Amino acid sequence: MAVRKSKQFKWHHKHLLGLRELRAEEISFILDTATGFEQVSTRLVKKAPPLRGKVVVNLFFEDSTRTRNSFALAANRLSADIIEFTKKDSSVSKGETLLDTARNLEAMGIDIVVVRHSAGGAPRFLCRNINACVVNAGDGFCEHPTQGLLDVYTIRKIKKSLEGLKIAIVGDIAHSRVARSDMWAMTKLGAEVTFVGPPTLMPARVDQLPVNVSYCLDDVIDKVDVINMLRIQFERLGGNPFPSIREYSHYFGLTVERMERAKSDILVMHPGPINRGLEIESEVADGKNSVILEQVTNGLAVRMAVLFLVNQAAAQSN
Amino acid sequence: MKIILDSTQIDKILDDLARDIACDLDRQQDVAVIGIRSRGEILAQRLSIRLSQSLGKEIPCGTLDITLYRDDLNSPKGQTQPQVRTTEIGFNIDDKIIILVDDVLYTGRSARAAMDALIDLGRPKAIKLAVLVDRPGRELPIKADYTGHRTDVAHDEVVQVNLTESDGKEQVFIA
Repeated sequence: MAVRKSKQFKWHHKHLLGLRELRAEEISFILDTATGFEQVSTRLVKKAPPLRGKVVVNLFFEDSTRTRNSFALAANRLSADIIEFTKKDSSVSKGETLLDTARNLEAMGIDIVVVRHSAGGAPRFLCRNINACVVNAGDGFCEHPTQGLLDVYTIRKIKKSLEGLKIAIVGDIAHSRVARSDMWAMTKLGAEVTFVGPPTLMPARVDQLPVNVSYCLDDVIDKVDVINMLRIQFERLGGNPFPSIREYSHYFGLTVERMERAKSDILVMHPGPINRGLEIESEVADGKNSVILEQVTNGLAVRMAVLFLVNQAAAQSN
Repeated sequence: MKIILDSTQIDKILDDLARDIACDLDRQQDVAVIGIRSRGEILAQRLSIRLSQSLGKEIPCGTLDITLYRDDLNSPKGQTQPQVRTTEIGFNIDDKIIILVDDVLYTGRSARAAMDALIDLGRPKAIKLAVLVDRPGRELPIKADYTGHRTDVAHDEVVQVNLTESDGKEQVFIA
């Protein structure tokens, strides 16, 4: 398989806070780097040495299965040591602030902080106040850059290029950091993105974003090459954005019936965790068009690439 | 810029290398050629074709990317961006004699990185290093088993290899 060569240039970002501020060339560079990391996970010795002696902290203030374990495994595959921090078992319960938590960990000697926090901007706040590299694993409704990256990586691997592709992102867009990161990555790489969902779950100023908007999945389903289903995040919803779960599923769920009207080679994606039967039917989630598990596998290679690159940039700036 | 090898000479050197390697090998031995990205891989492909002809059997060829095993990743000193590429070795390296191929043997650090990379992929029976050009400046106790051309250059001079597939021309020169 020929690897597309990126132009020779310097990756100088010591932090990965979001995809909005990255150029298309930089996003492509991360994806090309991730391609080189895939085989570390498939060969006999699933370890390579670039982060040997480095310490990565998983600073998670929100629950996570995929992202947290993916970063932990990525760090391990690069021979880094990992510290797992969960809010539940920490001194945050005693009132310790985000900054104090990070500074105390840093005093023990850490190199990279992977942070997930309910407050948008928390990673940016951290990187202004600590010396370690900061990688955003999801901040509020703002961005989830590694998810955006693994989503475009998955699409690019199968479709070869995102140029001209039509992509629908369906669900609770207003509260979705995944939708935002996806939007930035996909549009920068040349795709046409449509947000689909009920008006109550669309961001207030969606018309200012570089996307199309549709309030009807049936209008869009036969036109798109990729469809990304978002989870209804019951833990984040305030008020009553839709009359009932059943009604939401009826209008916006990805059903077997809707799939019959979709392109035969449509890619079905979901960041996980899935609410089976709600935003997506089981047969579709487990069906032949689904790349949901590939997304998880690719997430590992992408996160290895991100940890490698931010560490590199930090080494160069010292 | 001083050209020390032209395309005809490079061709002859590869013929000689293949002949020397084939001489040392038993027909029955399991052997494979692996080139270090990026020019080593091109030379490896050319060598494996020649070896396949001399030994009368298909000699597999693979490509090794050593970026992850470099010892200078944490102290780059303003070099160009290290680019992680794919390693493509479509065969098991266990119990095989691996002919590791690179274009220039200088400090020996690339060869050291390549050996560490290979050992993470399996347990070869032996690794033998074949290089197109050997120049002074070793920083590690590494030496080539098969050398195409030995050249004496000053410490601040660079030996550069151009190959048709990667650079559009065939030559080895001192810059």
